[in-house]
Amino acid sequence: MTRLANGGALIDRDTPVSFTFDGKQFRGVKGDTLASAMLANGVKLVNRSYKYHRPRGVVTSGPEEPNGLVNLGSGNRHEPNIRMTQIELFDGLEATSQNRYPSLRNDVGVLNAAASRLYPAGFYYKTFIHPRHAWKYLFEPMIRRIAGLGRAPTEADPDTYEHQYAFCDTLIAGGGASGLLAARRAGEAGGRVMLVEQTERLGGRLLVDDDAEIDGKPAREWVAEQVAALEAMENVTIRLRTCCSAAYDHGYALLYERRTDHTMPTGPRHRLWRVRTKQIIGATGMIERPIPFYGNDFPGVMLASAVRDYVKLWGVAPGQTTVLYTTNDDGYRTALALHEAGCKVAAILDSRADPAGLLVEQAKTAGITVHPSTGIGKTEGTKDGVTAIHTVPLGKGDDVALGEKIDCDCVAMAGGWSPVVHLYSHSGGKVMWDAGRAMYRPDPDNPPRDSSGEAYVRMVGGATGALTTQDVLTSAAGNGEGVSVHGPAEQPTASVWFTPSHGKAALGGKHFLDYQNDVTVADIRLAAREGFESVEHAKRYTTLGMATDQGKLSNINGHAILADTLGKAMPEVGTTTFRPPYTPISMGSIAGQQKGSLFKPFRQTALHEWHAEQGAEFEPVGDWRRPYRYQKGGEGRETSITREIRRVREKVGLLDASTLGKLIVRGPDAGKFLDLMYTNMMSTLKPGKCRYGLMCDDNGFLMDDGVVARLDEQTFLCHTTSGGSDRVHAWMEEWLQTEWFDLKVLTANVTEQWSQFAVAGPNARALLDRLEGDVDFAALPFMGFADGTLGGMPVRVFRISFSGELSYELATPTAFAVSLWELLLGSGDDLGVGPYGTEALHVLRAEKGFIVIGDETDGTVTPHDVGMSWAVSKKKEDFLGKRAMERPDLTRKGRKQLVGLLTEDPNFVLPDGAHALSADGTRAIGHVTSTYHSPTIKRSIAMALIEGGMDRMGEVLEIGIDRKTTVKAVIASPVFYDKDGARQNV
Amino acid sequence: MLLIQCPACGVEAEETEFAAGGEAHIVRPGPGCTDAEWASYLFDRKNPRGVHYERWRHAFGCGKWFHMARHTHTLEVFGVYAADVLDPPQEIKDRIAERTAP
Ligand SMILES: [Zn+2]
Repeated sequence: MTRLANGGALIDRDTPVSFTFDGKQFRGVKGDTLASAMLANGVKLVNRSYKYHRPRGVVTSGPEEPNGLVNLGSGNRHEPNIRMTQIELFDGLEATSQNRYPSLRNDVGVLNAAASRLYPAGFYYKTFIHPRHAWKYLFEPMIRRIAGLGRAPTEADPDTYEHQYAFCDTLIAGGGASGLLAARRAGEAGGRVMLVEQTERLGGRLLVDDDAEIDGKPAREWVAEQVAALEAMENVTIRLRTCCSAAYDHGYALLYERRTDHTMPTGPRHRLWRVRTKQIIGATGMIERPIPFYGNDFPGVMLASAVRDYVKLWGVAPGQTTVLYTTNDDGYRTALALHEAGCKVAAILDSRADPAGLLVEQAKTAGITVHPSTGIGKTEGTKDGVTAIHTVPLGKGDDVALGEKIDCDCVAMAGGWSPVVHLYSHSGGKVMWDAGRAMYRPDPDNPPRDSSGEAYVRMVGGATGALTTQDVLTSAAGNGEGVSVHGPAEQPTASVWFTPSHGKAALGGKHFLDYQNDVTVADIRLAAREGFESVEHAKRYTTLGMATDQGKLSNINGHAILADTLGKAMPEVGTTTFRPPYTPISMGSIAGQQKGSLFKPFRQTALHEWHAEQGAEFEPVGDWRRPYRYQKGGEGRETSITREIRRVREKVGLLDASTLGKLIVRGPDAGKFLDLMYTNMMSTLKPGKCRYGLMCDDNGFLMDDGVVARLDEQTFLCHTTSGGSDRVHAWMEEWLQTEWFDLKVLTANVTEQWSQFAVAGPNARALLDRLEGDVDFAALPFMGFADGTLGGMPVRVFRISFSGELSYELATPTAFAVSLWELLLGSGDDLGVGPYGTEALHVLRAEKGFIVIGDETDGTVTPHDVGMSWAVSKKKEDFLGKRAMERPDLTRKGRKQLVGLLTEDPNFVLPDGAHALSADGTRAIGHVTSTYHSPTIKRSIAMALIEGGMDRMGEVLEIGIDRKTTVKAVIASPVFYDKDGARQNV
Repeated sequence: MLLIQCPACGVEAEETEFAAGGEAHIVRPGPGCTDAEWASYLFDRKNPRGVHYERWRHAFGCGKWFHMARHTHTLEVFGVYAADVLDPPQEIKDRIAERTAP
């Protein structure tokens, strides 16, 4: 056990917590993270690296952790890639290591390491190009077995997730020193303030680095005072375990709240907050950088700040004997914390020639040896951790001999600090290279801007590059009253981007930059040599910064190596773009409540329940669900559909056509307007009459069709396709509002106000005549309509047909839908009345050669292409699509035209979308758009768009079925049944 | 996500409540125009890094179309105005001149 006898500000030593790791029982205490608890149990090896399967331990104490990723939970609560440093321990927690096979301690993938010189940057790109199927059958399965982060869950997630909305004046991201002060100032100013902190605690580094006095008080006392003051303010909301994941345009922020991850689940597990705020204050602090040196990835090699976090927050010593490798004064705090906790600090290696200042003096006074201008040249260790380091002199070139060997079981790296600039960068703020402090920091002249062009993100504290408590709090005070800080002065950092190892770096020792993706200094140098000089190219070639930690630890070091290799300055190389989210967020939180039936709610007609009770199998049509067929007993699809088709051809069928769009277009200029919207003339339509109309866009391509009825002189009712009502209504409004705004026309979408049924078949009139009413069905001419009553219910009767049979469509206000439908069905048992679904409808119309928008058209098809030149007015001066249809490509010979296809084998139904081949078999000359077995003419029928098809009647085509098979079909008229239309004119 | 104010109903709302309609002030040539003019009307669109006049519709609100002058890079909104004008109003032009002055 490595739990210290004293200390640990966050833990409650008297409350033990038990958990399992890889099935083995462990104990921690309340307040532990999984990372601190494993360290307290003396376990450093927690994972294997992605590419080389090297043994790894935790490097950090926070959300930037690259190594300590585990599978959390089991069964349907299994979740991969969770950072141990963010997992608050609770009784019963189950974690398993990942990226190892068969076990963490004995991983066959480690063979990779022996062969690691064969795995340079770009290895996959270079190796697995040929032969092609070796990739699919050999390399990929092998690599997937051994590589990969975690394991995807296989069961549905039982937890619930929420989306929440919030509005505030100031959103403060980060509850450390600067966030607390900024929140206090904003709260006092009176606006609505939200303070969010990704961990469970407020105070940030002040809880650990407590050597400064603020306003005359010890740092921790000052923190407690701020928290108490904020909690007392009604206009301030504090949310813990909530990360500001993203800052988007115009003050839109995304917060990720982990509600129950630290306990057994109750209520929603995660919340995704969508916040509109006038201002974001980014108090996101800094992240310490590792130092690239030979073997800097052994378990036990950690960030210096993390080492002292474990000592002071969780009372855990990551090692008994530690070597500190630092580039700045701040690192000395780790040596002092270890010393105070009774742990041995074997040596401090400082990159600087003249380390001085109070913290340095304190370390020397404590008896710790300080080696100036010295780094770590080589590391020794086992899979359980580092065992020794060898020093190396710095500043004397790369070809130097190693110095003394120092035994240790922990190495603390203090490579300097990088401001967390992500929120500044997410929505357009620029960062600048600060050579003096060796960091990218926000450029105050190029902030993200709101809709009025004013800066809406302001960074404060460490996130601006402030390195001392004094500077941090001064920046957070804004223009308000500052605070006085007494803390140790610090000397400048001397960054080390690369530490020479034994001779040249190329001797096989790995200097890791990106732990999670196993990217080394040598990889970046190779990328630069091979011409991947742009930082974005080098990133993709080496995968630097592309793992789940998105380069939080590795990017700056990697870019510095790239700059050094290219002989450029840091700003010339630039940095990659910071993209949201800051840390990974759960898929559940993204989905929120929008799953199952709420994923995409569908529209249903008034008869939906009736359909369902009658065995309807539904299909999606636009946003609607329509009955595809009505199943009787256990019959197959074919049987139901054939029965329904024969009912319409021989007796009388009812179709719920309520989904048809119904748009009212009214006004003195309604006729003129519809003349512009439709290809055919609508202004000449007489009240009481219907006309089938086509709509094109201004490219001349068909976009919708439907029957238009003129209700009176100034009012038209335009039917649209089932999926098209909203689109066509919006289309009309667009032209009315933005182009022809001088026309006096109003539109209304009344689709759902009316239910509509087709009554189709030879017995249709006989059925309707039986019902009490005032409509003279026999006198109603084809393409006429009449208003009246039927069975005491208001109806509008259209004599139109989409099946080719004698057919009426009855529209009734939706409140009467079920009554009218049941009245019709109950009035003609002897006439054979019954319902039919959309598949029967489609076969019936295909037998007649009627097109369906979206089947016979695909956005490149004109009315002329589908044989409907008769519906394109030659008289009108203008309409949508008119000018376009005169363009050369739309008038050329050889365009694809709609034809019928009859297969040589009458029982073979062509596959939908099958291609017709040119005579020499080298080219597709068209494709099948609709294809069915027709029970009416008892053979297969198809419609197709074929190049020059209308002039090729009788020609036999080869239709491709698969790579080897073709079948023969002859081009015919697309009207397969009742070519003269005799059946509907009775 | 942009924050947009609809000039027709006055509501300030999220971008998701609106539908973008592309470049504004494109003139639809008459039926007698040349093929090149028609092709230009159909296909030629500006893609500036800077001030852009755009058509938007308050699709999930009042349903009205309007115009917006916006900076495509800083996302600053210089103003919104009615859909039935052929040119941006002078006050919008003045605002743009003021905000984009070097
Ligand atoms: Zn509006």
